[in-house]
Amino acid sequence: MNTPALKDWPLWEVFVRSKQGLEHKHCGSLHAADAAQALHMARDVYTRRQEGVSIWVVPSVAITASNPDDKGELFDPAADKIYRHPTFYEIPEEVGHM
Amino acid sequence: MYTQAMDIPDESGKKLAAVSNAPSDQEAAFEARIDADGRIEPQDWMPEAYRKTLVRQISQHAHSEIVGMLPEGNWISRAPSLKRKAILIAKVQDEGGHGLYLYSAAETLGTSRDQMLEGLHSGKAKYSSIFNYPTLNWADVGVIGWLVDGAAIMNQVPLCRCSYGPYARAMVRVCKEESFHQRQGYEALLVMMKGTEEQRAMVQDAVNRYWWKCLAMFGPPDADSPHSAQGMRWGIKRISNDDLRQKFIDATVPQAKVLGVTLPDPELKWNEARGHYDYGQIDWAEFWNTVEGNGPCNKERLATRVKAHNDGQWVRDAAQAYARKQKERALKEAA
Repeated sequence: MNTPALKDWPLWEVFVRSKQGLEHKHCGSLHAADAAQALHMARDVYTRRQEGVSIWVVPSVAITASNPDDKGELFDPAADKIYRHPTFYEIPEEVGHM
Repeated sequence: MYTQAMDIPDESGKKLAAVSNAPSDQEAAFEARIDADGRIEPQDWMPEAYRKTLVRQISQHAHSEIVGMLPEGNWISRAPSLKRKAILIAKVQDEGGHGLYLYSAAETLGTSRDQMLEGLHSGKAKYSSIFNYPTLNWADVGVIGWLVDGAAIMNQVPLCRCSYGPYARAMVRVCKEESFHQRQGYEALLVMMKGTEEQRAMVQDAVNRYWWKCLAMFGPPDADSPHSAQGMRWGIKRISNDDLRQKFIDATVPQAKVLGVTLPDPELKWNEARGHYDYGQIDWAEFWNTVEGNGPCNKERLATRVKAHNDGQWVRDAAQAYARKQKERALKEAA
């Protein structure tokens, strides 16, 4: 069986804004011939129950991701900088909410 | 819908025993994350066998969603009312969507959509054997929603905690939609049970034909499931076949009572000591025969699926030609 189906349809990442005022959130991916078709398909695949009011589609190849091997190097330095968090500072009770 | 196929060997599983030659510190990091009930993401290192198991399971799951559209699709044009027709179209569309979420999740493991479709269309890959049985009358559509999707939910809820992130996320989405599938089926049967004697007999007949096949959906008994232990170890499988089956039976017996049907198992009775229902023997010979391709509808389902795919070829070609033309036009205008 020859199925030259989707190998030439690029992959798109789909981001949906669930309601006005919220950010677009990644919700999945799909294959489509072009951006317009990707939008149409994203609407059918990811918003059948009013899950969104706006959709972004981005070619998957356009995304540059950090390398998991660099995770330590990139993110660990933040671990010992607890003074960046408000809870690091002790404030007298009588000051109240700050 | 879902696949029972967690433990069903197919072509892709043949190289499962391959030993990875990756450095052991990567393997140790992987094992540590699994032990800590952490999640694995596509870019993370993973043992080849873990990747292959997931590709096989997720693609079989996706195929089951896609083939699962066929038995119910048969009834769209014959639904008894406009309301039931709209509901059925929505459900079948959901199954198509579930297939797409799952294919996408499998693709993150480095397999292509084409490879997976080729596996399905050539008969190399498996899908849930429940779809190789015919839907003979309208009550079958209700019973598929109630029992088949009910069994699916039992199996899919624990998969939301699967160790592989993209699979778990796809399952969260699927599970949110699955509840509608079961409820619409049960409600359609309730309506029939309030109808004529003939309608009630149709419901009972459909239950009789589907009950044992639904129990088999959970896969072979734990003792005969060679992949189960490794799947559990890796956090791909969370609850064993037999435990899921028992959960399903315990949940379904009271629902059958409310509906007013009997379940076709003389050995089905409450066991006070176990706190569960006891049940009779499942016909595993029939199950395996269907898995091997000899069920009543295997050939018809596959042929329908391949035909639908081939008939859609011109649409895919046209979309691609259009995209290419638009791109060329944009380039020319820019020049």
